[in-house]
Amino acid sequence: MKFTKRNLWLLIGLALLILAPIGQGRYIVYTLTSWLVFSIAAMGLNLTLGYAGQISLAQSAFMAVGAYITALLTLNGIHWIVAMPIAVLSSFVLGLLIGFPALRVKGHFLAFVTLAFTTLVFLVLRNEDWLTGGPYGLSGMPRPDFGLFNTGKNINFYYFTVFIFVIFSLLMYQIVRSPWGRAFKGLRENEIRAESLGVNTRRITLLAFAIGSAAGGLAGSLMTPLVQFIEPGSFALLHSLRILLMVIVGGAGFFFGPVVGAGVVIMLPEVLRFTEGYYLMIYAVTVVVLIIFCPKGLVGLGEIISRKILKKKEVRKDFEQGAKL
Amino acid sequence: MTHPLLSVRSVSKRFGNIQAVNDVSFDVQQGEILGLIGPNGSGKSTLFNCLLGQYQPDSGSVALKGSNITGKSPSELNLLGIGRTFQQLSVFPEMTVIDNVILAGQEHSGSMISRLFGSPDAGLTKAAEKLIGFFKISHLRDEPAGSLSYGQQKLLDAAMAFMAEPSLVLLDEPAGGVNLTMLGNLKERLQAFNSEFGTTFVVIEHNMEFVMSLCSRIIVLAEGSVIAEGTPEEIRSNQTVIDAYLGA
Repeated sequence: MKFTKRNLWLLIGLALLILAPIGQGRYIVYTLTSWLVFSIAAMGLNLTLGYAGQISLAQSAFMAVGAYITALLTLNGIHWIVAMPIAVLSSFVLGLLIGFPALRVKGHFLAFVTLAFTTLVFLVLRNEDWLTGGPYGLSGMPRPDFGLFNTGKNINFYYFTVFIFVIFSLLMYQIVRSPWGRAFKGLRENEIRAESLGVNTRRITLLAFAIGSAAGGLAGSLMTPLVQFIEPGSFALLHSLRILLMVIVGGAGFFFGPVVGAGVVIMLPEVLRFTEGYYLMIYAVTVVVLIIFCPKGLVGLGEIISRKILKKKEVRKDFEQGAKL
Repeated sequence: MTHPLLSVRSVSKRFGNIQAVNDVSFDVQQGEILGLIGPNGSGKSTLFNCLLGQYQPDSGSVALKGSNITGKSPSELNLLGIGRTFQQLSVFPEMTVIDNVILAGQEHSGSMISRLFGSPDAGLTKAAEKLIGFFKISHLRDEPAGSLSYGQQKLLDAAMAFMAEPSLVLLDEPAGGVNLTMLGNLKERLQAFNSEFGTTFVVIEHNMEFVMSLCSRIIVLAEGSVIAEGTPEEIRSNQTVIDAYLGA
């Protein structure tokens, strides 16, 4: 593998992920883990929204599906490593089933249809006590034990989540740079042209939606052993909106945009805790300012700034040449 | 009996009170360059859209090499070997030029699964580079397509139509807004495809000089119907055509 600048940044990022929790208290480690879990969900939505251009407000519902399936299975003695693929696959299939009728509509209408789905899932989780524990939810789910490595301790569970996050990112990267990824982008940029070039737009939209949903399922599957207590409210519409916010604040269509976005959406309230009562106001204003002044998100903003700096350097080179003359 | 490459039979399409295409029939022979001309609003683009699956014709049928293709979707028709360009600019603006051209060929390469797990370019980079070289836009290889000039985007659009090695290409006003030098370049490219690979063309065009010098046969539409058909010389001197254009 060629050692490029990008690989260097990735290595630094990974090193930071490994070093981040060292010497930190329980709560910080928990917040960091939660950030990675939501990053996975947001990266999934980014595929649907940022790459394929389909807006969805159902990501928290797919997290719920993943979380409840994992919870029910692990509570019945099935190991997480078996429960997780079942949860992810179920979310994928459910994504296909919902997407098939829902993707006939686009834009705001698709947002409404997926919103309805999120509400529906919430109601089922709250009302079907016999299965889901109703409003009291489910608790006491074990964290996975791999013999030599038990994730019972918070720090261990964090590293376990980092491992899953890295594997997931690699898979996602393969999808985004594959011809499928190119077709997703084609769909976002010019659907009619993509169709005239042989892209089966209906099938490819559905797949983008279902893969995004499966990522939601994976995030849910990690949420269950992280929190060890889930209830319908953890996956209500508000959380779909939060995941959407993560994608937009970070930069829709940028690979690591949602990771940055999830960091901001999860960490900012913590950082602003000292402002007490004002925190929600400051949070809201920050988000509005971000969306107005960098519609391409923080990663997009970073790209614009770095391009400007690089341009300045070129100008200086010109000056140098000029001085030599 | 050999079938014509494309056979259009009594195709009609109505929008509300307007009969956009009225009982149009014609054949396109293998290897010919057919021009489709007519005043604005004569139904050329609607006819194209009926042939290319964007619209469902109200009646009539379209056959490719003798097999019925009426009502097939644009992507199915593309996979059957029909390429097209658009009247408006139609590229993927945020993707690079090379990615635009690779996307134009990737659905013809391998299976759904191999396109997910195989190489990112579906093995098409070399072919795509050759094609943009052919259209003389190689120097723009890694530029986002949206940053290209109008004429360059038209050339890219045309290059994309050829990526999947189609047997038939329908060009909707390829010369519109293209400067003279590029126009000559475009005509040369189309003729080269026609003579080297036997690619068949149907061209909608308002630029009479371009269409008359490129096409071997011309069909004239007015108010949705075919009013004349013949060689460029015959069309040039046809009184009905002259009247239709002058609105007499």
